[in-house]
Amino acid sequence: MSNYSVFDIAGPIMTGPSSSHTAGAVKLGQMARALFDSTPDEVQYLLHGSFGTVYKGHATDRALLAGVMKMYTSDARIKDAFNIADEKGIKYKFTVGDLGLGYHPNSVKITLKKGNRKMSMTGSSTGGGNVNISQIDDFNVDFKGIAGKYFTIVISHKNQVGILSYITTFISERGINIANMQSSRVAEGGKALTIANLDTAVGLPDILELEKLPGIHFVRSLTKVT
Amino acid sequence: MYDFTTCEKLLKLAQKHDTSLSEIVIRYECAISDNSRNKIIDEMKNRAKVMKNAINKSMKDPEISVSGMTGESTKRMKKFFSRKKKNLLLSEVSYKAMMYAIATGETNASMGCIVAFPTAGASGVIPGAFFATQEKLKCSDKKLIEAMFTASGIGLTIAENATLAGSKGGCQAEIGSAVAMAAAGLTEMRGGTPEQCMHAAALGLKNLLGLTCDPVGGMVEVPCVKRGGLAATFAISASDLAMSGVESFIPIDEVIDAMGKIGRLLSPKLRETALGGLAVSKTAMKTTKKLGIKIVNNF
Ligand code: SF4
Repeated sequence: MSNYSVFDIAGPIMTGPSSSHTAGAVKLGQMARALFDSTPDEVQYLLHGSFGTVYKGHATDRALLAGVMKMYTSDARIKDAFNIADEKGIKYKFTVGDLGLGYHPNSVKITLKKGNRKMSMTGSSTGGGNVNISQIDDFNVDFKGIAGKYFTIVISHKNQVGILSYITTFISERGINIANMQSSRVAEGGKALTIANLDTAVGLPDILELEKLPGIHFVRSLTKVT
Repeated sequence: MYDFTTCEKLLKLAQKHDTSLSEIVIRYECAISDNSRNKIIDEMKNRAKVMKNAINKSMKDPEISVSGMTGESTKRMKKFFSRKKKNLLLSEVSYKAMMYAIATGETNASMGCIVAFPTAGASGVIPGAFFATQEKLKCSDKKLIEAMFTASGIGLTIAENATLAGSKGGCQAEIGSAVAMAAAGLTEMRGGTPEQCMHAAALGLKNLLGLTCDPVGGMVEVPCVKRGGLAATFAISASDLAMSGVESFIPIDEVIDAMGKIGRLLSPKLRETALGGLAVSKTAMKTTKKLGIKIVNNF
């Protein structure tokens, strides 16, 4: 069986000029926005590698900002992202920098702020509009190139025995199939982050219910991005 | 039942069911998705509309790209075509194909909406060749949509067995593939047999084997936009050859396989990194310096 749909070949429909530097950048912005779970007052971008060198010609900056404002890759307003952000009163800043060795050449660290809430996400655009997320706050994660292809939930929780099995049961009880799951922790007994890729979406009520459980700090969901 | 990963299989299915390549591709998509036939065809129509709008955008309201490297050509071609048509050496349909492909490329470069068919850089070839041919043959939208399915079917086997990404296979994988896909679609559109479609694809791809990806400043503009324009005329040439009964000595699957292998032999400097070829020409260096672009050499 082939891995491709006809529309992977005849598509995506996108705002130019580049699938990796424009469409992929929009998706990274969307994911950061979804993980933050609200529109930020302020957003900072650290552009690494080729993102740092050719971002102007590819409008990677406008694309990253458009994504944070929930625009899709085919949105004609990507071009006007700066004006739209100004109108909405969202502050934005782009810095060219170096994230260090081991990062994909098309990488960006996005830091979002609202009031005293702050979150950061590091991700890369791996080609053809596909993206990968490598860090959320202090946690190293690996979405293995499938970021945005599944319905994903990201759970920040205490690193304590039994929580993981509780999460899997909670999901399967709702008849949802877990495609794959991974967990990373910052320090023994400290905080941990678990990511589960699902075949179907979890509803908001379930997410809120999961979030109420003891030991769980927050739950975020990422839908498939386009 | 309609599953295929090679052109040979796709052709066999069409022969077995005594139908066109596009019909097999439509049935394949119905089988792998949960969507109805109508929904799939509507989705393709929607893509055709975006493609048409992308051409119209630059034909009516051309825009210079942020880098300033592209955005003038469509305007000049349109003027030439309307005033000096009789001076053309190419057929009108080939010239229009070239103009529409370049229009699409310029729309992409100036941040307009396009269909990455199969990629953003190569997005002009298929609409250029298809819409120009449709105007000439005065054929229905149905035929055009079918040609898009056939082109996608060929592209799918390339994605399966080689690659469609310039960063992996050079430009032969992007514009080369687009030409193969367009040639097959065109041939079906004008009444060629499924075998003739496959020969057209093979002839089209062979012609661009070894083509490097060397974009100036790493941007999808030079040589992409005008290269796409010329490539659209190759698709028409390949289809004309196939319609005359000329066959490719090497079957399409083997050409695709060769393309993938050539891609792996190509230096990474010639695969979208902007470290070789046209990207390091004197003019390119001067331009990138002016634009403040620094290309990182990791090799
Ligand atoms: S030169 Fe490279 S970027 Fe330009 S169309 Fe060809 S493969 Fe794409």
